[in-house]
Amino acid sequence: MTEKYYETAIIIRQEELLPGINSMWIKTDKIAEVAKAGQFLNLYCKDKSRILPRPISICEIDKSDMAIRLVYRVIGEGTDEFSKLHTGDTIKVTGPLGNGFPIKQKHAIIIGGGIGIPPMLELAKTFPGEKDIVLGYSNELFLDGEFEKYGNVHIATVSGIYGTKGNVLDSIKENAISGDIIYACGPMPMLKAIKEYAESEEINIQCWLSLEERMACGIGACLGCMTKSKNKDAHTQVNNKRICTEGPVFLSKEVVM
Amino acid sequence: MNTSVNIAGVTLNNPVMTASGTFGSGMEYSQFVDLSRLGAVVTKGVAIVPWEGNPVPRIAETASGMLNAIGLQNPGLDTFIERDIPFLQKYDTKIIVNVCGHTTKEYVTAVERLNEQPVDLLEINISCPNVKKGGITFGKDPKAVEKITSTLKEVSKIPLIMKLSPNCADISEMAKAAESGGADAISLINTLTGMKIDINKRTFALANKTGGLSGPAIKPVALRMVYEAAHSVNIPVIGMGGISSAEDAIEFILAGATAVSIGTANFMNPNVTIEVIEGIEKYLKENNINDISDIRGIVE
Repeated sequence: MTEKYYETAIIIRQEELLPGINSMWIKTDKIAEVAKAGQFLNLYCKDKSRILPRPISICEIDKSDMAIRLVYRVIGEGTDEFSKLHTGDTIKVTGPLGNGFPIKQKHAIIIGGGIGIPPMLELAKTFPGEKDIVLGYSNELFLDGEFEKYGNVHIATVSGIYGTKGNVLDSIKENAISGDIIYACGPMPMLKAIKEYAESEEINIQCWLSLEERMACGIGACLGCMTKSKNKDAHTQVNNKRICTEGPVFLSKEVVM
Repeated sequence: MNTSVNIAGVTLNNPVMTASGTFGSGMEYSQFVDLSRLGAVVTKGVAIVPWEGNPVPRIAETASGMLNAIGLQNPGLDTFIERDIPFLQKYDTKIIVNVCGHTTKEYVTAVERLNEQPVDLLEINISCPNVKKGGITFGKDPKAVEKITSTLKEVSKIPLIMKLSPNCADISEMAKAAESGGADAISLINTLTGMKIDINKRTFALANKTGGLSGPAIKPVALRMVYEAAHSVNIPVIGMGGISSAEDAIEFILAGATAVSIGTANFMNPNVTIEVIEGIEKYLKENNINDISDIRGIVE
């Protein structure tokens, strides 16, 4: 179990990348030092009528500055509150939470879809091997330019206005992308399709998926955020794994989706 | 200053414990909280065999509260006895094991097995609203409460706390039924059955459709019920329901609670239990109260 900290972080800066997609850098006391790609933070609202922390994935880590970047969708009252934070404001956070992406020395296909794109940026930045990066959007792009320095970026949009018309798998096929390992985060239908693709007989490569689910505690106590698992889990003793603790990143073959 | 309280012959260093289901067996929160500071750790409900619980989503936030429908997922007594009890024994706190079952026989078997374990108290869950068999089906009317209580009292070597549901007509009757069944203490309230609908997806927010409402939203209801229960019985009452500060905890003690449990507030602040303990100490000191029992139930 990695160390977890409950801290008061300070907003370094915040900007809107697209309407409804915000990027916020926060300065932490200890969290940034131990955090890694694929982990997440719990962010607490100041408005006490919103009692549950919001789990938000880590987009980038700057250990020299003890800073963490969070890129999130403003989707409800909690994230709306976060979007109004300014430089110098504070926010309570717990982290780093979850297990992160296991790093293997291979040729990686790093796949992000929609608001599942941000956690792939720190992975793309720190992954040591060769990498193809596939980003799927509905329409407007964000963060795509920042991936370019870390690998070959391939874009898919549903409307077809940028890159491949279709989804990330369409882009993989159109560009004949191949690799030895897949890392992916995005909406459930995309992850299911990637799992099927990676486990198919003709592809058959290791695939790591970052899942999400409604959470309460975020640290493994409440048993709110379960995914069905292929085998009996050591902690729960049933075919359920805690997404916040055993995940959010799972080997595709371990989970039933 | 004395903050210790006595429940069925077991002395807790202070009246603050955790509410079952919100704190696991303490392992996860021990990264934030020194468990030895707590009056007691009340574990997540455990049954004789592992339970899978309900489908997800199991959690939904509501105004100043949350709904849960975990469905009593638990690893079963074998794992619990092997892993969780030895873990808790490392701390200078009392161990209260919350027990659940589908049938009377399952409750009895669980209690018999726990008789041989180093635990201080058992809390019997007859109030979970999220399971089809067990839980609330044993706690929905006074007769059922009295029956399961007396049955378990016959087999238990460990003092029993009966955990009561607010989803009833008259909490005083439920409290009296537990007392006449032989309960050593009662704890209340469990969650209130509630619902949330996602208007965009046009479906229930929880896969189980309904869930248990907890958090600050339920505190006034919980406080009223704890007051009524405390005035109906002579056994200790453990108060809970939306407590998230020392002020909240003191309200429950003034209403008659011997001890208090912190549940959902752990999700709002992982250090909350310690803050509540320190806040109670400060309140006693500032008001020159030497013993916490001097203020118990004094608001008549």
